[in-house]
Amino acid sequence: MLIELLRPLDRKLIRDLWAIKGQALAIAVVIGCGVGMYIMSKGMLISLAETRAAYYERYRFADVWAPVKRAPDALLQQINDLPDVRRAETRIRAGVILDVEGAAAPITGEIQSLARIAGPHINDIVLRRGRYPDPIHEEEVLALDAFAEAHRLEPGAHLYAILNGTKKKLTVTGIVQSPEYVYAISPGEIVPDKKRFGVLWMNREALANAFDLDGAFNEAVILTSAGSSEDALLERLDRLLKRYGATGAYGRSQQISDQFLTNEIQQLETMGRLLPPIFLLVATFLLNVVVGRLIDTEREQIGLLKAFGYCDRAVALHYLKMIGAITLIGILIGVILGLWLGHGLARMYQDYFRFPFLLFRAPADVYLLSIGFSLVVAAVGTSSSVLKVLRLEPAVAMVPPPPPDYSRSARWLEKLARWIDQPSRMILRHLYRWPKRAAMTSIGIAMSMGLLIGSSFSLDAMIYMVDISFNVIDRQDVTVNFVEPRNVRAVQDVLHAPGVLAAEPFRAVPVVLRNGQRSRREAIIGLTPSADLGRLVDTDLHPVPLPRHGLVLSDKLAELLAIGAGESLRVEVRTGRRPELEITVAGIVKTFMGTQAYMDLESLNRLLKEDIAISGAYLLVDPDQTDALYAELKSTPVVAGVSLQEQAQNAFYETLQESLGTFVFFNTLFAGLIAVGVVYNSARISLSERARELASLRVLGLTRGEVSYILLGELALLTLAALPLGALLGYLLAWTLVQSFNTELFRIPLLVSSSTYGYAVLVVVVAALASGLLVRRRINQLDLIAVLKTRE
Amino acid sequence: METPINMNRDDHPAFRAEQLTKFYGSGESRVYALRGVDLEVPRGEMVVLLGPSGSGKSTLLNILGGLDSPTEGRVYFDSWELTAFDDWHLTKFRREYVGFVFQFYNLIPSLTARENVALVTEIAENPMAPERALELVGLGKRMDHFPAQLSGGEQQRVAIARAIAKQPRVLFCDEPTGALDSKTGIVVLEAIARVNRELGTTAMVITHNAAIAAMADRVLHMADGQIQQMEVNSHPCDPHELSW
Repeated sequence: MLIELLRPLDRKLIRDLWAIKGQALAIAVVIGCGVGMYIMSKGMLISLAETRAAYYERYRFADVWAPVKRAPDALLQQINDLPDVRRAETRIRAGVILDVEGAAAPITGEIQSLARIAGPHINDIVLRRGRYPDPIHEEEVLALDAFAEAHRLEPGAHLYAILNGTKKKLTVTGIVQSPEYVYAISPGEIVPDKKRFGVLWMNREALANAFDLDGAFNEAVILTSAGSSEDALLERLDRLLKRYGATGAYGRSQQISDQFLTNEIQQLETMGRLLPPIFLLVATFLLNVVVGRLIDTEREQIGLLKAFGYCDRAVALHYLKMIGAITLIGILIGVILGLWLGHGLARMYQDYFRFPFLLFRAPADVYLLSIGFSLVVAAVGTSSSVLKVLRLEPAVAMVPPPPPDYSRSARWLEKLARWIDQPSRMILRHLYRWPKRAAMTSIGIAMSMGLLIGSSFSLDAMIYMVDISFNVIDRQDVTVNFVEPRNVRAVQDVLHAPGVLAAEPFRAVPVVLRNGQRSRREAIIGLTPSADLGRLVDTDLHPVPLPRHGLVLSDKLAELLAIGAGESLRVEVRTGRRPELEITVAGIVKTFMGTQAYMDLESLNRLLKEDIAISGAYLLVDPDQTDALYAELKSTPVVAGVSLQEQAQNAFYETLQESLGTFVFFNTLFAGLIAVGVVYNSARISLSERARELASLRVLGLTRGEVSYILLGELALLTLAALPLGALLGYLLAWTLVQSFNTELFRIPLLVSSSTYGYAVLVVVVAALASGLLVRRRINQLDLIAVLKTRE
Repeated sequence: METPINMNRDDHPAFRAEQLTKFYGSGESRVYALRGVDLEVPRGEMVVLLGPSGSGKSTLLNILGGLDSPTEGRVYFDSWELTAFDDWHLTKFRREYVGFVFQFYNLIPSLTARENVALVTEIAENPMAPERALELVGLGKRMDHFPAQLSGGEQQRVAIARAIAKQPRVLFCDEPTGALDSKTGIVVLEAIARVNRELGTTAMVITHNAAIAAMADRVLHMADGQIQQMEVNSHPCDPHELSW
């Protein structure tokens, strides 16, 4: 046998480790969870950020977008001449309604022009399959891969698009990816829906013909030179393009795909910062308790070894090796877990983030750092025990320790003790005698519960957020956007469409809002005062009427502009006559998604000095007639976009199930492991400390159940005490997460439902019961005869 | 637990063992603890088991006390066959009929003297008050002390009080004086003798201290897993007459 080759102390090490394998494994797994979480989140964060950087670099993702209504191609030279512009290109980009065979509902999409000449371009596309459109075939297009995949469109497939009011049959010649659509999401939605958002690329001439933009463009895309000021450039661009109907240039921070990507990276960062320390903290505690106990039981052996002439260092090293072995196993578990989870996460991300490649790859320093953390945890957790080994005098060690003194008890405890039976007194006095350990056990269990609440609350909160957003605030079934603002009478036409039960007009006006140094590119939404579908709600979610005058801002927008109700806001309109106005903020309303500014439709039009014009309508639809309505919308030339609430909600729930659901599952698993690790270890330690006591009781005639009660009753009490603490920790964790998820894209409400608490309690209790049963089996195997002969 | 039919027949011995054999291991490495022991212990007697360590006295006591089972042979307590009992019945047997006193006392450190006794009386069918049991062993004044506050002899007397408080039919004491000096040991033996005398409890005491044999009604000399010799002592002396 291999073990025979080892030195005696190392043989002892291996046998000791084997003897406490269950406990050692429980500690290693907790360390492993912390290391794994860290490697996964940090590695994914780095992979995602590096992949994004490489993709943007290689395909020249624009720094600035400058949309206009119509500008002559010749203007490009002037844009290129602006300071800070490294390179600029022009293009045509427009909203379209797409129709694919087999899809009942109309699909919102975008169509872009392809550069006239081949070669490296800004926002270059990646041709995955097929070929570029032939310049002489106007109907040929490229399609975004996510959309093509969702509708099984391969090169050669056909689809229809309403281009500037004319329905055209198009042929897909190639499938592409684009840095502009890594996260392919239609504006105003919160999760991508591959099926309902499509992007096409068409030859410039063909697209210019369709949109009457011959010799003109409607968007400039710009790469800036290094070290330039984006704000200054945006201002210059707005000045230059003002005459051409510029709605406001913007940088990457307002590019929707990049915004979501940044958001995801931030969330990963938060997780990587919050969760691994929880695991490592628990591991510290477990190591402290288990190793401390182990060394207490080996007092005599330590004394003996020292008496035989082993030096202090050699004996301490022996225990350090044991701690090191457990830590190493933990690190190994962590690295494997981290790699496995990381690759899984990368695969999941590939479905949402359309990179040409996304590999999970954590740099060496991530591994080194996690190994370093684990070693620190091991050192902190066990230093006191190892010091004890060093300091133990052989003569002292060989004398058994005096029996624990329970005579110093609290008066309240003794008062209580009078009313309970002896086994219960034993439980209470034991807890009172070792308060630190009891507290640590409870805190450990509470941490696992906190982790559960913190990770699963977001599911409830997000469902609540969407429910409120779609069923309390924006209650329309369908939103129709017109190609151009139309007379308010257009609502009547919409009302006559099949299945439409009610229609409310709205106007969206592109503006720049300024308050001092702060500015935001937004759209003011004009609503009718009687609006019942698109509503405003206060912080208690009660509907509030739209004031006749003044702006109403969403709470997040008010926060970003640092403005309160009653203050005045500068509004630069970016359409029509482009007036610049001072408008009072009449109120602040609650929203969970996006940033909104609302105004009374009539006042808005009056300010613009225009007739009452509307951009679209919110519709309430008879569910039995949706197909007829969809068919009509698909072939209505004036409709530029349609969004369907129900499908958006469904897509959201599906995404939630897939991504967050997986996440919650793993966190449940981890939290369960922590709970088992803590409870099982505490129980095992109590058992080994009290084996003699419990076996004596068995000899005296107490049944297995009665003896188990003494040990497991204590654990049950500690678990019970951990529950309220765990609920509190969970709430705090949820609060922290809510703060970090508070972005302009969406805000998760701090809402921990009672079912989340219940679920966490259930998992913790089941984990405690499972550990209890494991220990109960050992209680059943107590050696009754040995206790008669051995001394304490 | 079914009531034995002839539980109260005085002519029944407290214990009867037939051909008790106990061995560990197999083949070459087989070690015998007991080799075919036959034994009858009359009710109410004070029995002392003498013998060197490894002679099998503890194994015999453990089997009689329902803590261990023989490899071969049968044990009867009254008319019950203990060797046919499962763990649950053995537990009930120990709980209701047997008192144990250990060499190292095995008191519960988190319970006071009174509570250590109450631990047993709470679950017994016909116990005496814990206070009375403690008075019987001369500890009426130290009832609310924790084990850490008691001397070795006091702790052992608490253990005896705990063993007798349930009014057991039989009291097993494994080296009750092994950890005590002779003066304290005699106080402990007096407590055992008093219980045997006043409550009529059958007592079996293991010792390798031959001096103690003088207080027994019956002395069993054990060696090599067998009872080598049995002496009946018609005039057992009082423990305070003992010395070693």
